[in-house]
Amino acid sequence: MLRFALSRLVSLGLSLVAASLVIFAVVEVVPGDPAAFMLGMNAAPDTVAALRRELGLDAALPVRYLGWVTGMLAGDFGISYTYRVPVAELVAARLGVSLPLAVYALLLSTAIAMPVGLLAAARRGRAADWGVMAGTQLGIAVPNFWFAMLLVLVFAIELRWFAAGGFPGWEAGLWPNLKALTLPAVALALPQAAILARVLRSALIETMDQDYIRTARAKGLSGRQALLAHALRNAMIPVLTILGLQFSFLIAGGIIIENVFFLPGLGRLVFQAITQRDLIVVESVVMLLVFAVILVTFLTDLAYAAVDPRLRRRG
Amino acid sequence: MSLLAAEGLGVTIGAGRVLSDVSLTLAPGEVFGLVGESGSGKSMTALALMRLLPAAARAEGRVSLGGRLLTGLSERAMCTVRGREIGMIFQEPMTALNPLRTIGEQVAETLVVHGAAGRAEARAVARARLDRVGLDAARFPFDRYPHELSGGQRQRVCIAMAVALRPKLLIADEPTTALDVTTQAQILDLLKGLVAEEGMGMMLITHDLAVVAGTADRVAVMQAGRIVETGPTEEVFRARRHDYTRRLLAASTHVPRRVSRATGEALLEVRGAVREYLLPRPAPLAPHPRLRAVDGVGFTLHAGESLGLVGESGSGKSTLTRLVLGLDPLAAGTIRLNGAAVSLTMPGPVRAGVQAVFQDPYGSFNPRHRVARLVAEPFHLTPLPAEETRARVAAALAAVGLPADAMERYIHEFSGGQRQRIAIARALVIRPRLVVLDEAVSALDVRVRAQILDLLAELQGRFGLSYLFVTHDLSVVRAITDRVLVMKSGRIVEEGPTARVLAAPAHPYTAGLVAATPRIPAGWIDGG
Amino acid sequence: MRWPPALAVGAALTAVFLGAAALSFLWTPFPTDGMDIAARLRPPGGANLLGTDHFGRDTLSMLMVGARTSLAVAVIAVGFGMAAGVPLGLLAAATRGSLVDEVVMRGNDLVFAFPALVIAILITAVFGPSAFNAILAIGIFNTPVFARVSRGAALALWTLDYVRAAQVAGKGRARISLEHILPNIANLLIVQGTIQFSLGILAEAALSYVGLGAPQGTPSWGRMLAEAQTMIALAPHTAVFPGLTIVLAVLGLNLMGDGLRDLTDPRLRRAR
Repeated sequence: MLRFALSRLVSLGLSLVAASLVIFAVVEVVPGDPAAFMLGMNAAPDTVAALRRELGLDAALPVRYLGWVTGMLAGDFGISYTYRVPVAELVAARLGVSLPLAVYALLLSTAIAMPVGLLAAARRGRAADWGVMAGTQLGIAVPNFWFAMLLVLVFAIELRWFAAGGFPGWEAGLWPNLKALTLPAVALALPQAAILARVLRSALIETMDQDYIRTARAKGLSGRQALLAHALRNAMIPVLTILGLQFSFLIAGGIIIENVFFLPGLGRLVFQAITQRDLIVVESVVMLLVFAVILVTFLTDLAYAAVDPRLRRRG
Repeated sequence: MSLLAAEGLGVTIGAGRVLSDVSLTLAPGEVFGLVGESGSGKSMTALALMRLLPAAARAEGRVSLGGRLLTGLSERAMCTVRGREIGMIFQEPMTALNPLRTIGEQVAETLVVHGAAGRAEARAVARARLDRVGLDAARFPFDRYPHELSGGQRQRVCIAMAVALRPKLLIADEPTTALDVTTQAQILDLLKGLVAEEGMGMMLITHDLAVVAGTADRVAVMQAGRIVETGPTEEVFRARRHDYTRRLLAASTHVPRRVSRATGEALLEVRGAVREYLLPRPAPLAPHPRLRAVDGVGFTLHAGESLGLVGESGSGKSTLTRLVLGLDPLAAGTIRLNGAAVSLTMPGPVRAGVQAVFQDPYGSFNPRHRVARLVAEPFHLTPLPAEETRARVAAALAAVGLPADAMERYIHEFSGGQRQRIAIARALVIRPRLVVLDEAVSALDVRVRAQILDLLAELQGRFGLSYLFVTHDLSVVRAITDRVLVMKSGRIVEEGPTARVLAAPAHPYTAGLVAATPRIPAGWIDGG
Repeated sequence: MRWPPALAVGAALTAVFLGAAALSFLWTPFPTDGMDIAARLRPPGGANLLGTDHFGRDTLSMLMVGARTSLAVAVIAVGFGMAAGVPLGLLAAATRGSLVDEVVMRGNDLVFAFPALVIAILITAVFGPSAFNAILAIGIFNTPVFARVSRGAALALWTLDYVRAAQVAGKGRARISLEHILPNIANLLIVQGTIQFSLGILAEAALSYVGLGAPQGTPSWGRMLAEAQTMIALAPHTAVFPGLTIVLAVLGLNLMGDGLRDLTDPRLRRAR
């Protein structure tokens, strides 16, 4: 198990290096002169020169790349050109909104999908199954940001149970913030829950057809006992894959949904940075998002090994 | 009094009737054989007894066990019967165990689920049962996972699981079909020992008449969902009252008429052939260990000869086959066909000297092409004008006994036996001198197998072909080869005329193989 | 062969949307360029069946014109993903276990680490917004999906005896991939294609909604939702109808994909 974890850790490191190279190339090499790009066409040559110096663009590319990476490792993401504050501070504050939102949505979606998928598989072909299949078919077709708008319309504008948007900030305490994140989390979670429930159902149904389930039934287990004792854990393997993918969907979806609820998260930061051509901020936020996806892949791999003994010995 | 009594069992799936009016009885301590070809309803009978039929199936008839009527019991009550009073093992040990749970847990579960023991006690009993089936605690601790065991060892775990609560009846559905012969003999011995020890009854379901002959006290022969004949095994085999029994027995011991036409000309010469595979590194940066799948093999196949290559799984015979067909690179040694070197890059005309027929009649053809195109595929090596190609394909189909209109049809329109004929036509169409038959009759039912063996014998005489018959099955070797090579762990351990090797094997491995192969006693067939 | 009901419903829905997009080139109930402030934010019903937006443009007409962008972006992105991903997957399967296979699969993993939105952010930050960004972002995202699906399916076929028979007939890996592998995984690719098509519509809508896709002035379902956002309390219909349109389009494609899978799944066919 330890060897497996180590080998996955090496692959995590390699993925991060490769991803950072891609991001560096797109943001700092493709535009030609990033300083001129950020200042726009009408900038005076000496202003551009000043920014070049400030950003350290005069150095050779490998030196700049190494500087960027070692800076990040030390927690230094550079200075935002538009805000004139360290990017790390900006990102940390925004992460305080985006990360809790993604985790909240993930928990919600798992909590909804597990019992629903289990119910549908146990009642395969019956009314409950048909209901779940129809409901989830609709659920996966709904764009989450539009669903968010409908939630605002019903629960904020009509019923006035929730505020239409905004975020009080963590210094206001846990409850008001949780409340502010509830509608966004529901909007993110329900379409994902529909996908997850379908995957769980089909994984369970597939495992229920396996030879070892027949063996378990021949031992005297009832259909339900076989489902819970043997099928569920085997079905977790595809479910884990989807859970891992979902986290990156939730991060991306969260960035979009922040727009609906005026949440001061990474999404708003990065969209403003795009309009203001603040490449330093864009680069950092993208690197952070990709890091999150790669980290979740790594955790998913570890979870596989925890579930499946066949993986533990492989390198 | 009988232990198991079934009367008028019937099963219908949709509009199809898969089982009709099956009645049988089984006494305590008795081994009852149920034989038949694929699709005859043997497994369905077992599932109907266990009430584990597919959801779409509807069943009828009465089943009683030890005088207690099982028919009409609730599903909950049936759960207390399965595992406690009737144990069952299945054909495919590789998939019969949950891959995520340890073997000990899975054996102990039988006890726990029936409330027969607490966790700790169940572990102790499970340990004792694992020991009994030959999985000792030192080499097979409780927390082994199924993937760490071989097929035979996994089947032992399944047996331990099925007999954990000492049921009155054990149903074994093709328990050794997926195993090598030596493993098969051990598993059959284990099952017979358990029956004697526990005084339980056993229903042994198999397609293999020789297995039944050596194991069962009484036998029932099934055909198309019905039992056509029942009786004491020896009597059924000797008397052969029913026509179907007669045909089945004739086919299973069938030896095609053929005369050896082996010449002195060396057609295929293999010298010091080596093929290695790299295994995964044991530690990061450590060198890859190498597996020598073929380890210095040498033999000669003469023109017109029929040469057998036998070995169990993992013996290296499949890899050697790939080398002979020029599909794998040689690490060392040489292979020459008609005097030209066999390699991955040999030119078309050289490659055209050898063709092959494979095991799986279902996976051997691209389902999207018509038979005409399928059979013509080898002309890739020696292209001909379209008209001539068509004529040659038609001739090849005629040679294997198929009508010319088969050319325009797709492969799913043919039965398994017909597909194997088409595969032979594809191998013959460019008139190779050597045909490699890689388990070419192993997946076929006995009667079809007898027909295909006849066909192969006839074609060999007609076209002067040489055969390399690769198989795990000694009865095939006996039926159609002049000479045989016995392969083990990448090496050829014995070589000689088939009759001599099978009658008086020189190498202990061959002797073990011959002894382990079940045979119908000669006297039962010829009346001696 | 009988069509499964899901396939019939899905194909009908998809045909309606493709038809509406095609029709919009010839005719829409109202013109969609130009403003009519007097007609702004009319509720549904009456002459404007689905109401009007804040510039007085007819919602139904806008939805028809917007279908062009949404469907075109999704279709081209699927084509891009297939054209790049399927050959890579076939190559990886044909050279299983080799360095080529390893490079393709590692490359796949790397691209998987970039969600479509992140690719769109990168491209837009450097090149500015355009509908082409959305195509590129979604297309790049689709590539490893198709590569992985084709590699997995092809690997299973490479173990079959008919591939060995083709090798014995002297055919090379490229030829076997084209002649024996590709035609037999085509069903699977079509099913995956409909799924990616529906995901593409959702992704295009999301990207246009946050301004990373179709630029201002190009009607698209996502942009309509972005513009409706500020007026949602005042005129809910401006948000409800484009959203419903997306739901129905995606639903149609998903049903079609499920139906196609049922039709071509060998396990189901064997039972028939």
